[in-house]
Amino acid sequence: MAFRTTVRSISLWAALTLCMLVSIHGVFLDAPRERVMGDVQRIFYFHFPAALGCFLAFGVVCFASVAYLWTRERRWDHLGRASAEVGVLFCTMVLMSGPLWAKSAWGAWWTWEARLTTTLVLWLLYVAYLMIGLYTDSREQRARAAAVVGIVAFLDVPVVYFSVKWWRGHHPIVLGRGGEGGLSPEMWPIVWICLATFLLLYGILVGLRMSLARAEDIVLDLEETLQG
Amino acid sequence: MSLNLLFWAYTLIWILLAGYLGLLGLRQQALTRRIDRLRARLEGQIAGRQEPS
Repeated sequence: MAFRTTVRSISLWAALTLCMLVSIHGVFLDAPRERVMGDVQRIFYFHFPAALGCFLAFGVVCFASVAYLWTRERRWDHLGRASAEVGVLFCTMVLMSGPLWAKSAWGAWWTWEARLTTTLVLWLLYVAYLMIGLYTDSREQRARAAAVVGIVAFLDVPVVYFSVKWWRGHHPIVLGRGGEGGLSPEMWPIVWICLATFLLLYGILVGLRMSLARAEDIVLDLEETLQG
Repeated sequence: MSLNLLFWAYTLIWILLAGYLGLLGLRQQALTRRIDRLRARLEGQIAGRQEPS
């Protein structure tokens, strides 16, 4: 069992390393230089998958929160917390890489336009979700409160997604009708590779974080049993 | 300027990722220490029960 787990873990990390190398090669050597923005547009290849990864992560948090409130099984709480952490990590990547791109494209690090502002709010909401655990000792209470916040916070995800259509700002629309992200057909294969890489990264990080959460829970159970 | 910003964007992404993995490693270490303490306590309790009265 332990051997199989180790082999699986090594295979996953090897696959991730390979995907990362292919992605980096694609981003810096294969992707064509964008006509208007130049090389700085290459930020997009990690910025966009990180943004979609954070939407996926927060969607999983919402699903796990509903499942926890429904079943009261701890594994859903573990999944929610793990996914929220990885989502916040991806969202931080988006919020850090975005301004660097904006400085070159728009001439300003930050503007309070709809997409940027709603993304910042999203990040704050999930940081609050992760901080809930700091203010209560009861695990059940913490998990219940986190599940409620996990569902409410997800309401901001469609707002972030549609913000560029509802309130037209500077941010380009990449997906859906009206997409004007300025991507040429040669850019899309690299975008797909980067998306696959981020999906794999998400899966591995959530798996790691969940196994840690499970182990923490078992230790807490044992400590409580010993004290009682 | 453009290349400088590109460099910093990717550098920050790698730093964030490495930082998160480091944080997970630290948590795992802390958990290992808690397990060691727990084991020592359990062994102490078992030894106490086995002592002849």
